[in-house]
Amino acid sequence: MGKSKLIKHIINRDWCKGCGICVEFCPQNVLELDEQDKVRTTRPESCIGCKLCELRCPDLAIEIHIKE
Amino acid sequence: MAIKDYIRERFFPHMWCPGCGHGIVLNGMLRAIEVLGLNKNDIVMVSGIGCSSRISGYVDFHTLHTIHGRALAFATGVKMSRPELNLIVPMGDGDALAIGGNHFIHAARRNIDLTAIVMNNRIYGMTGGQYSPLSGYGVSATTAPYSNIDQSFDIVELARAAGATFVARTTTYHVQELSNLIQQAIVHKGFSVVEVMSQCPTYFGRKNKEGGPADMLKRMKDMTTPIGSKAKQSHTELIERGIFVQKILPEYCSEYAGIIERAMKGH
Ligand SMILES: Cc1ncc(C[n+]2csc(CCOP(=O)(O)OP(=O)(O)O)c2C)c(N)n1
Ligand code: SF4
Ligand code: SF4
Ligand code: SF4
Repeated sequence: MGKSKLIKHIINRDWCKGCGICVEFCPQNVLELDEQDKVRTTRPESCIGCKLCELRCPDLAIEIHIKE
Repeated sequence: MAIKDYIRERFFPHMWCPGCGHGIVLNGMLRAIEVLGLNKNDIVMVSGIGCSSRISGYVDFHTLHTIHGRALAFATGVKMSRPELNLIVPMGDGDALAIGGNHFIHAARRNIDLTAIVMNNRIYGMTGGQYSPLSGYGVSATTAPYSNIDQSFDIVELARAAGATFVARTTTYHVQELSNLIQQAIVHKGFSVVEVMSQCPTYFGRKNKEGGPADMLKRMKDMTTPIGSKAKQSHTELIERGIFVQKILPEYCSEYAGIIERAMKGH
């Protein structure tokens, strides 16, 4: 059995400006923009915890917390 | 410390436009400082004027938001009086190399221990999209509606020729590299320059039909390559990323301390 990781996406809706950078470069297609142009997770179970979304966000609006 | 501990949360969300590269530079810089484990009280950030220069307002260090083009001059003053502090000087391309060009070359020549970060979006964002000395030939800008006829500087070559002892380049697409290079630049004793190719979707992107922030990031991925890569040999137009200069030469504040010592001895 593979290691199971608990990954949490912490999104700060007040800071997110809907630029779409995290959505575009997520290697697993986990994220999308909602009707208010704020990011949300659509397929959180596919997240590999690479944190690229967190690192590329210009607004420090998304954080990935990983519990092994 | 978490990176949130290094910012002044009360000023967020910040003033930069959606997808502005300056926020990615902030993000990468905070991570570099977190990895180094620097104490907030040992960091002084000095900036000038521009969208980029607003970065100093968002970090919880000692900060000076000074005047356009003169950040390096103020930083030189701080460093000379408190050489034990880490001085970080983020600048826009206009700030650093148009109005501030002279300060830039002379700070490099002296090899004073400052970390200069050039947030190069190739345009004057704050004042409405005028071309800068980094825009480059053929680019559209508010002041170049029929396209720009100015050639651009190469920041790396300029910094190298002026005497900087650490010179690197990366982009806002390459975020891990960005953070890593800023880390090394801070640790380096001497004048360090990190050029970060960045995106201004609002002016540069719109004027030059480069699409949205994500499209502009993709372009930066496509137009660059690591130093010495195979791709560069067949595609000479690719811009190289990485560390171009890394050498140790006498540092200005240390030299000055030597002068003080000699003067105190009376000869
Ligand atoms: C002495 C002086 N001259 C001109 C200006 C107007 N001015 C403000 S910001 C700026 C240029 C901004 O461009 P850049 O430094 O590339 O930073 P960006 O806004 O693109 O981040 C100019 C010309 C000023 N504030 N002070
Ligand atoms: S990168 Fe940041 S600001 Fe942009 S959409 Fe994603 S969370 Fe929002
Ligand atoms: S951590 Fe990686 S896989 Fe998970 S949402 Fe962010 S970019 Fe996508
Ligand atoms: S005008 Fe350009 S440089 Fe200024 S905040 Fe907007 S995108 Fe960034």
